[in-house]
Amino acid sequence: MPLYNARVKVSLRPSVLDPAGEATRAAAGRLGVSGIRRLRIGKAIEVDLEAPDRQTAQAQLELLSDRLLANPVIEDWSLELAEVG
Amino acid sequence: MTIGIVVFPGSNCDRDVRWALEGCLGRPCRFLWHEERDLSGLEAVVLPGGFSYGDYLRCGAIARFAPVLEELRAFAAAGGAVLGICNGFQVLTELGLLPGALTRNRDLHFLCEDTELVVQPGPCRWLQGYGEGERIRLPIAHGEGRFQIDPEGLAQLERDGSIVLRYGANPNGSIADVAGICNAEGNVLGLMPHPERACDPLLGGLDGRRLLAAALG
Repeated sequence: MPLYNARVKVSLRPSVLDPAGEATRAAAGRLGVSGIRRLRIGKAIEVDLEAPDRQTAQAQLELLSDRLLANPVIEDWSLELAEVG
Repeated sequence: MTIGIVVFPGSNCDRDVRWALEGCLGRPCRFLWHEERDLSGLEAVVLPGGFSYGDYLRCGAIARFAPVLEELRAFAAAGGAVLGICNGFQVLTELGLLPGALTRNRDLHFLCEDTELVVQPGPCRWLQGYGEGERIRLPIAHGEGRFQIDPEGLAQLERDGSIVLRYGANPNGSIADVAGICNAEGNVLGLMPHPERACDPLLGGLDGRRLLAAALG
């Protein structure tokens, strides 16, 4: 069965305050890095998945992202999918 | 009738809740391991505080798929009383029994202190022992207690009278000072403060007793 690799990015929705991102942005300023307009912290999740075809892999990963990896109340997610074997 | 207390790997307030219910209030309890499915004979179920499954991914995200919680959905739908305290509140939102989500405290600190709360019992079965607008003190202990919901969701909560507990002085940045919400039916309550830590005079307050006492009628 073909093997697919997915990278799911989960980020806080723009309307949700990201205090960890704000703290990191403040530290960046103390490091001497200036000009940062936006710094948001999210998660990247790597998944290798066997599926009979790309369409099935896509559907499984969408279910996974929407129902488990991200909480749509506060988070957005995006998905990159590639066949690797 | 008995009160069930759910125990996840990583729960750490389960024994405190049992002490408060059984030791302080004389209510019979039974622990429910997260893999159990038998909720028979229970009148109420408490999801205690702690760090279920290490809070991996998000607080409550893994717990949501525990077998015991599949049964809890049916239990709540049939009108059974459900109380989620702290991590238990986070689990109830992930499970969809209560709306919204709990996120990192505004100032990033883990807050462990007494807070003043304003009670608006509305339809909430758990809070019928308190007066409208009564001010009480309960301890909080959380790093992720900032309640979030979209504007439509918030308006719905206000319309239903679901915001039953608000902070007097908002410690964590929660929207609308939310400390606890109840479903419209009144049987499911989630709150960040710990009523079980305010049931014994030795711990400095008794304001949690009436809430936990409501577990059995």
